[in-house]
Amino acid sequence: MMDILNALVVLANFVMIPAVAYGSQLALGALGVTLVYGVLRFSNFAHGDTMAFGTMVVILVTWWFQSMGISFGPLPTALLALPFGIAATAVLVIGSDRMVYRFYRQTKSEPVVFLIVSLGVMFVLNGLVRFIIGPNDQSFSDGERFIIKVGDFKKMTGLDEGLAIKTTQGITVVTAIVVVAALFWFLNKTRTGKSMRAFSDNEDLALLSGINPERVVFYTWLIVAALATIAGTLYGLDKSFKPFVYFQLLLPIFAAAIVGGLGNPLGAIAGGFVIAFSEVTITYAWKKVITYVVPETWAPDGLVQLLSTEYKFAVSFMILVIVLLIKPTGLFKGKSL
Amino acid sequence: MIKVQNLHKHFGGFHAVDGATLEIQQGSITGLIGPNGAGKTTLFNVIAGVHAPTSGKVMLQDQDITGLPPHELFHRGVLRTFQIAHEFGSMTCRENLMMVPAGQSGETLWNTWFGRKRIADEERALRAKADEVLEFLTISHLADHKAGQVSGGQKKLLELGRTMMVDAKIVFLDEVGAGVNRTLLNTIGDAILRLNKERGYTFVVIEHDMDFIGRICDPVICMAEGKVLAQGTLAEIKANEQVIEAYLGTGLKNKQKENAE
Repeated sequence: MMDILNALVVLANFVMIPAVAYGSQLALGALGVTLVYGVLRFSNFAHGDTMAFGTMVVILVTWWFQSMGISFGPLPTALLALPFGIAATAVLVIGSDRMVYRFYRQTKSEPVVFLIVSLGVMFVLNGLVRFIIGPNDQSFSDGERFIIKVGDFKKMTGLDEGLAIKTTQGITVVTAIVVVAALFWFLNKTRTGKSMRAFSDNEDLALLSGINPERVVFYTWLIVAALATIAGTLYGLDKSFKPFVYFQLLLPIFAAAIVGGLGNPLGAIAGGFVIAFSEVTITYAWKKVITYVVPETWAPDGLVQLLSTEYKFAVSFMILVIVLLIKPTGLFKGKSL
Repeated sequence: MIKVQNLHKHFGGFHAVDGATLEIQQGSITGLIGPNGAGKTTLFNVIAGVHAPTSGKVMLQDQDITGLPPHELFHRGVLRTFQIAHEFGSMTCRENLMMVPAGQSGETLWNTWFGRKRIADEERALRAKADEVLEFLTISHLADHKAGQVSGGQKKLLELGRTMMVDAKIVFLDEVGAGVNRTLLNTIGDAILRLNKERGYTFVVIEHDMDFIGRICDPVICMAEGKVLAQGTLAEIKANEQVIEAYLGTGLKNKQKENAE
C-alpha cells in the first residue's frame, strides 16, 4: 500500500505537476496563436518572439522594481511588472500591425504571404530582444520558492518520497485559469468578443453587418499581446528566460494549437495539455515509479525512458503528424488548414 | 436613389460588369434579371463595396459611395444579402440578429468593464427587437437554435431578418428565393412587400423566378454580358426581343406567337 502511495507521489512530483504547469503555459501561448489564426487568418510565426519580447520587458521592469526595493511579498515581483510588459507588447504588436500587416490586409494578400511576413517580423523581434537583453539566460524569479517543500511533505505524510510544488507552478496554474476564464467571458458575453467570433466565423457577413474590421483587429492584437506576455512570463518564472528557448517554444505551441484545432480557443487549451503531458511522460525516466509498483524481482535495470529529453520537440512533431493524418481539423473542430 | 454610372469591373481579361448604367428609384422594388454570368452579383458586390470597381461611379442620393468598404456602407443604410446564405454558424439565430446593429456600447473596452448597466439595457432592447423580427418572419421557434443547423430556406429568412434590425435605406437581395420552397418564398415575398410599404425600404432583387418577380417587382432591369439590356415593367421586359434572345429563350417567343395566333 505504502509503495503505491509512494509511486503516486513520485508520479505527481515528476510528471503531473510539471506537466500541468507546462501545459498551462503552452495553452496560453496556443490561445494567442489560435486567436490570430481565427481572426486575422494567418499563422503568426512571430508569436514565440512576441512572448520573448513581453517577458523581456517584464524582466527589465522587475529588475528596476528590485533596485527600488519594491517587492510583492512571497509572490514574484514579476507579477507586479506584468501590466507594464503587456502594455509594451501591445504597443509593439499593434505597431507592427500598423506598419506591416495592415498593408497586406489592404491588398488582400494570401495567408501564405502573411505567414512569410510574420517570419520576417519574427527575425526582427529575435534581433531586438537579443540586442536589448542579450542572448543569455536571465533569472528573475524571487519571493518564496516553494508552496510545499519536499522535507515538509515527507514529515507531514510519513512517506519516503517527497512532493514539492514550486510557487511558480502554483502561480502558473492559477493565472492560467483566471486568464482563460476572463478570455472566454470576453469572447462569449461581450459585444467586442462576439464581433471577434463573428469576424472569425464569416468575414464577409461580419463586414456587411457593419462590424469595423480594424477595430476587431486592434482588440485581437491587444488580447494576443496580453496572452503572449503572460504565457512568456509564466514560462520564464517556472524555468528561466533565454531568447532562443522562446523561439523554440514556437513548435510545441503551434503543435498545441493545431492538435486542438486552429481557430478554436477551447481546442488550444486542450492541445496545450495534450502536448505537455505527452512530452513529459515520454521523456520521463519511469524506473522509480515502476520499482515501487512491481514486485522487487521485476524492478527494471534501465531508466525506462522512452526518449531522452533532448528529443522532447520530436514528441510535439510526432503528435502533430498523427493528428494531421487522422483528423486534419484537430481534436475540436477548427478550420482545416 | 442609387445611380450607377458606366460601371466596369474586370477580373483580369474577364469583363464581369462592362459599362452598366442604371438608376434605382426610391421606394421601389427593382427586379434584376438576366442569364447566369450576366454580372448581376458582381454588380451587387461592387455597389456593396466587396470589390472596388475598375472604373465608373456609384452614387447614393447624390453622394459618391464608389469603393467604400462594406461596413461604411452599412452605416449609410446600404445592406445586402448573399446568394448562398451566410450566417454565424456557432451563434444562435437570435444572436445572429443581435450582432447586426453597429455602434453598440459594448464595443468599447471601457464600457465592457465599467458600463455594464448601459450594455444590459441595450441588449434587452436588442433582444426584444430580435424576437420581434423572428416573429415577423415566422421563425420564433428557431430563436435558440444554432444558425448553422437550420435549413437553407430558414437561413434565407434570417438574412432578410438581419436587414430588419437596423433602419436600412436600400437592401440588395441576391437570389433570396433560390432553393426555397413555394410557401416560404411567399412568406419572403410578403415580408419584402411589408418592409417596402411600412418602413419605406427600397429593394433591389436578383431573382430567376419570374412569378416572384412579377408579384413584387416594378420596374425590372435585365442584364446580359455585363451591360443593362432593358428596363421597364415585367410585361415590357417579357416582350423585349433582345431580352428573349438573351435570357427568356425563344421557347417563350414561340409560345407568345402561338397565343397571338
